[in-house]
Amino acid sequence: MAEKTVQAHDAYSAELFKDAEKNPENLLVVKNLKKYFPIKSSFFKMTIGNVKAVDGVSFVIKKGTTMGLVGESGCGKSTIGRTILRLIEKTEGEVFFNGEDIFKLSKAELRAHRPNIQIIFQDPYSSLSPRLPVGEIIGEAVREHNIVPKEEFDDYITRVMEACGLAEYHKDRYPHEFSGGQRQRICIARALALNPDFILCDEPVSALDVSIQAQIINLLRDLQKEFGLTYLFISHDLSVVEHISDTVGVMYLGNLVEYAETDKLFSKPLHPYTQALFSAIPVPDPDYKMNRIILEGSIPSPANPPSGCKFHTRCKDCMEICKYCRPDFAEIEPGHYCACHLYNDPARSAELSKIMDEMKRAEAEKAEAKKK
Amino acid sequence: MANDEMKKTSQVGEAKAKEPKKKTSYISAKESRRITKFNRKITKKLEHDREEAGKDPAYYTTRMRDPNNVVEFDNMCTYFFSDVGTVKAVDGISFDVPKCSTVGVVGESGCGKSVTSLSLMQLLQRPSGQTVGGEIRLNMGDGTALNIVNTPVEKMQELRGNYISMIFQEPMTALNPVFRIGRQVNEVIELHNPEMSEEEVKARTMEMLELVGIANKEGVYEMYPHELSGGMRQRVCIAIALACRPGLIIADEPTTALDVTIQAQILDLLQNLKDKINSSIMLITHDLGVVAGMADYVVVMYAGRVIEKGTADDIFHHPAHPYTIGLMKSKPVVGKKVEALYNIPGAVPNPVDMPNYCYFRDRCEMHCEQCAGKYPPEIRISDTHVVSCYRYIDEGTVLGYPKTVDVEGLLNG
Repeated sequence: MAEKTVQAHDAYSAELFKDAEKNPENLLVVKNLKKYFPIKSSFFKMTIGNVKAVDGVSFVIKKGTTMGLVGESGCGKSTIGRTILRLIEKTEGEVFFNGEDIFKLSKAELRAHRPNIQIIFQDPYSSLSPRLPVGEIIGEAVREHNIVPKEEFDDYITRVMEACGLAEYHKDRYPHEFSGGQRQRICIARALALNPDFILCDEPVSALDVSIQAQIINLLRDLQKEFGLTYLFISHDLSVVEHISDTVGVMYLGNLVEYAETDKLFSKPLHPYTQALFSAIPVPDPDYKMNRIILEGSIPSPANPPSGCKFHTRCKDCMEICKYCRPDFAEIEPGHYCACHLYNDPARSAELSKIMDEMKRAEAEKAEAKKK
Repeated sequence: MANDEMKKTSQVGEAKAKEPKKKTSYISAKESRRITKFNRKITKKLEHDREEAGKDPAYYTTRMRDPNNVVEFDNMCTYFFSDVGTVKAVDGISFDVPKCSTVGVVGESGCGKSVTSLSLMQLLQRPSGQTVGGEIRLNMGDGTALNIVNTPVEKMQELRGNYISMIFQEPMTALNPVFRIGRQVNEVIELHNPEMSEEEVKARTMEMLELVGIANKEGVYEMYPHELSGGMRQRVCIAIALACRPGLIIADEPTTALDVTIQAQILDLLQNLKDKINSSIMLITHDLGVVAGMADYVVVMYAGRVIEKGTADDIFHHPAHPYTIGLMKSKPVVGKKVEALYNIPGAVPNPVDMPNYCYFRDRCEMHCEQCAGKYPPEIRISDTHVVSCYRYIDEGTVLGYPKTVDVEGLLNG
């Protein structure tokens, strides 16, 4: 029964971004992406369950824009990022980069594709090899992918480093000689050196101090203007995301619950989770009267998510249908997508309540059978 | 002519030879040996002095300057004698924690926020970390006060958990993974109330767990820390900290490891509990938003010194020190669109080799001629607002310079 509703749901969301990959403006199109991690029993290594890290996510990033992805820890933000880069394989769904499906590429094609799509990691302390000098860290992949001819190599690395605010004499130094902010600059230079179209920023400023954070954010924006880069910016800091992004996606337990342009989303959040999340942002003003919506409890386990809408256990507007049916990720206003039963249109509502009644009946029958 | 040129080139050569020497962070073997020898000598002397002072209560009982304060820091200096030299982690800071109020301590990482709290709890990694000067006065409630700097360890053990307690950043590492939650909360209560029977202790534990908003208290009592989520673990840590109703709770980045929604829960809880048990909170954080929502008084630290202190209103509405102003501007705020964020240029100076002028001068866009001189004194610019910056020297009253300790002199004298 549950499978049937999932299928109905998938069919519905497949309609949403139909043929979006054919539009050349869209650099990255993600359609109904799923990534499950199997839980193995110690005995015979049998799969006894799945951690549904990403459970049906669809979005589009236009060329030269930044999309922010926010959510609590463990909601699958980083898994999405890694799956898009094909650092881990998907379970289901499609990812189109410049109109071609990433998961259909062969090994050699994937290798040729890698320079286009780069990543900056969260922790600049552990993502740099301590045994390589900075010039080599930045230049290693450049040489490997033959981005520039051999004789221009040195000049090219110097130019990239200067663009990221590093001096030429830093080339022979090792990562331990740099502070956190400068290390993050090295990471950015390493990604930039391959001349990518798209950079995935996985919490690039979370490990840095406030004053250094501002330096790195400004650098990322300047580089975007100069080279026309496209970013997917993963962060849990809402104020940073608001500052840097053009569109924002809010995630909860493996699902995208809301997705819209930054201004629209921040001025009028629709989903109850987004509303609670935004109300909890601490504001640096002692006179500001916080009208916090405090969510009860904590995020449920993704191995055993609640049925129906995954947020219904903590939602203040929970209705009966939320406990049975998964809400559709639908376009409520132009460009504003939200997955919540509060905004269902009447036709879909009737359809869903039919499914709910069926489920209820099945449940009652099951309970009776158990009694007997 | 040729001679002149020779001179020039040789000078240039000298400058070149000197330059890398200055820049490099490596120290010679000879220098390293000297430092190690010095550290051994000085830590031995300090440990000996501490032992002597701890023998007689007269050495560590004092009086509070103001009986309405829970804790007074008075020119406290905490230094670390490391292998690369003496690190002046905290160098002459003074501020008070009044009764029943929240004091927020803000600053970047490495500015000495945590060292301040560890000095207060006497949890520094001795012998290399030492509080070498100044006083930390803890109000005992009966008119007397203790100077934490000289208090012997046995006496400290009575105070920790009972008068001062601490909530740490990472709840998972703060709790012991091999004991049940109930036992860990019981431990504090048993230790400080030896006359209580087992049932009374358990009843108190249950009461505490309920107080911090754990619904399933009987279940949690029997659980291990790994069975709880981050927010629940932090609630347990708070329960442990509050178990003996201490006068001061030090919350060292209590919400940094938690999500925004859980952070809201925990901050709300702390605020409510503070009023319930009438204690003060010293809230250490780098998040200005958290401080604004919680604190009555704010202390801004930079490179081991207090650069500005005042009420939350003073700091957030009338920031005076260029660093505080820069910090406020560099944080993006939801609902306020700016084209580019302000960024404070440069980085914090090396703690081993601090300049002898204002520590912030090299990054400051408002520095003036005076800034090249001595480190600026504390200047009172309103009843509650104190700032260390030469820009206000004509407007306010000068309170005095932060006193630093000459470690070489300490050894000889």
